[in-house]
Amino acid sequence: MENMVNVYLFGKQYRVPENLTIMRAMEYAGYKLVRGCGCRNGFCGACATIYRIKGDKTLRTCLACQTKVENDMYVATLPFFPLVKEVYDINEISPSQRVMMQLYPEIYACVGCNACTKACTQSLNVMQYIAYAQRGEFDKCAEESFDCVMCGCCSSRCPAGISHPQVAMLARRLNGKYLAPKSEHLENRVREIKDGTFTELIEALMGKPIEELKELYNTREIEK
Amino acid sequence: MYAKEFQESLKAVEEAREANIAYEPARMTAKEKEDLLAAYHPDYKKDQFEELKIGPNKGEKVPKELCGILEARSRIRPGDVDLNNPKYDVDVLVIGGGGAGASAAIEADTAGASVMIATKLRIGDANTMMAEGGIQAADKPNDSPAIHFLDAFGGGHFAAKRELLSKLVCNAPEAIQWLNELGVEFDKAPDGTMVTTHGGGTSRKRMHAAKDYSGAEIMRTLRDEVLNRGIPVIDFTSAVELILDESGKAAGAVLMNMETGDLSVARAKTVIIATGGAGRMHYQGFPTSNHYGATADGLVLGYRVGAKLLYAETLQYHPTGAAFPQQIFGALVTEKVRSLGAKLVNRDGKVFMHPLETRDVAAASIIRECSDRGEGVQTGDGDAVWLDTPMIEKIGGEGTIEKRIPAMMRMFGSYGIDIRREPILVYPTLHYQNGGLDINVDGMTTSVENLFVAGEAVGGIHGRNRLMGNSLLDIIVFGRNAGQNAAARSKKTTVGTLTLDHISKFDAEREAAGIETDVVSPMLLPDYTRKKSEV
Repeated sequence: MENMVNVYLFGKQYRVPENLTIMRAMEYAGYKLVRGCGCRNGFCGACATIYRIKGDKTLRTCLACQTKVENDMYVATLPFFPLVKEVYDINEISPSQRVMMQLYPEIYACVGCNACTKACTQSLNVMQYIAYAQRGEFDKCAEESFDCVMCGCCSSRCPAGISHPQVAMLARRLNGKYLAPKSEHLENRVREIKDGTFTELIEALMGKPIEELKELYNTREIEK
Repeated sequence: MYAKEFQESLKAVEEAREANIAYEPARMTAKEKEDLLAAYHPDYKKDQFEELKIGPNKGEKVPKELCGILEARSRIRPGDVDLNNPKYDVDVLVIGGGGAGASAAIEADTAGASVMIATKLRIGDANTMMAEGGIQAADKPNDSPAIHFLDAFGGGHFAAKRELLSKLVCNAPEAIQWLNELGVEFDKAPDGTMVTTHGGGTSRKRMHAAKDYSGAEIMRTLRDEVLNRGIPVIDFTSAVELILDESGKAAGAVLMNMETGDLSVARAKTVIIATGGAGRMHYQGFPTSNHYGATADGLVLGYRVGAKLLYAETLQYHPTGAAFPQQIFGALVTEKVRSLGAKLVNRDGKVFMHPLETRDVAAASIIRECSDRGEGVQTGDGDAVWLDTPMIEKIGGEGTIEKRIPAMMRMFGSYGIDIRREPILVYPTLHYQNGGLDINVDGMTTSVENLFVAGEAVGGIHGRNRLMGNSLLDIIVFGRNAGQNAAARSKKTTVGTLTLDHISKFDAEREAAGIETDVVSPMLLPDYTRKKSEV
């Protein structure tokens, strides 16, 4: 017999096997999930969850698909959080500090409480990446925030009303488009293809009988 | 930390590590691969397939589970909705909010069409988000689209539609450039050179990545762009039936609110199916690396209105699904782990294959190790083999894992396994639907006009197996292609009278074939609630 634990899903008590994730425990209890369930693998941020263990006053946050149940765990999922997403034209903005001031001025109201960092389900240094965004250091903001799954737990705990994941999203796009070095070999190759450099080669391959292609494939040189 | 029962095998792996790093296993010959696949690959298990008795692919075999939903009943009756009063009326309707759907919507918008996305979960809840390893493009001086073509054509067992594959490889560099200009980050050297690696079956290092969040980085950027453009995203709303007009052209879809069950009608001049894959069908009882909504909906929608399937009998089992601990059973362990140097090792610490064979060959080889050869490690949920991740740190230097595959480190770290110091246990997991709806080079189905398909729901781009990094590529290339062509076509299209007559036609066909079923489809979501019988 499996070891069972008590969990309180939205306050209601269920007994579930101790080896389940919170998400699987909800399904074990009979929930057919529509909201609050996406990739089930820790990449999409759909299953942001807030919990508290009986007797402990600390509120904790996690992804329901990546976290095992514990005995006497009170669970509330946060399947949607109203983040502020400002719209902009990526081709019209520039990677200057001003853009953050215009789009997300509330980041300058950060009180330094670090609740965002404590709430991060990915263990990111959220307050630090917001500090980088304040200073217009978008490359650092992009790197520090890179593993963000945009679950919104940070924002749910922020007294300044900052939508951290959206700030980071903007910083990464600015970095990817404007700040990271250009790839010359990529630009060259796109031009060569447009100029038809490979057309003949590809057409010749497309026209070959299968047996000949098999021979080419099986004897092709593989880069070390 | 692994429990006692793993320690003996673990010790053998550790002791052999230095020698295993130096050892370069031979690649299999064409004949060896053929024999291995025939004996061990799940696609070759004849009793797991069933012949379709109705529809455009009548007489062909598909997985049993897929056959069941293709021949199933509609979720609606024609009288349930008023086709004369559509709630939405657009030029281009995109069904699905993954990478293909988002790319298509962005391009249709750029082309000046009115476009909307209907998606049964949220935009970005898709396999794209979970693609870890990377995206292929032949953009290095020692590479060319022709070499990329040959790698992919051979890896797909020479079955790809050549004109589709040619488009894929020739448009690849431009796809990378398009993404980069949208702000997608790629791993680059300080001078801008893309950091590229091998994938299984590639003959050049052309795998571009954004750490091991490659798909997530692409998906969140595309989603941001869709929102910036104000493209309407109707979320938690699934398409349950396509709508044709009286001339048989695709002209919209019946949509269902996933929470309230409310039905509505979307009329459109062209429709793009971008519904993704089928991992949640759990073919042959396999676990899956796919997202929650991967239930082959688009195949069902298309099949019922007469669109033909191609290679629907071929699935991809990713060789390295997590086999332990149980909480992440079936989750993807990116192929990039092997690209970075980790080898597959059996119970006795022996490297039993070259780590970068194509996925189907690698999966079959692991299954052989764990079955007939009896060289698997017992996990409690079946047998598995080791993927010796500490090799990566020894080859690439300390810190390589944290820098290049942080998601993997985090996933196993949550369960107390430090992949920098301990190897991990893996077994094949259902990963990708190689087959799907048959399209021409414009992205339109070969049998239903104005019905376009993009992404994993397409069949024929890759053939009967797909190389790592060609799926992220295909959703971008063929997503954009479908968006552009659907927009262009919408400008020349006048929608006639909407009809759902195909439902009764399909019902009649089913009855005539003597099929008795009370299954309804599309499935929309799997049911993981505990069954009463398990209590």
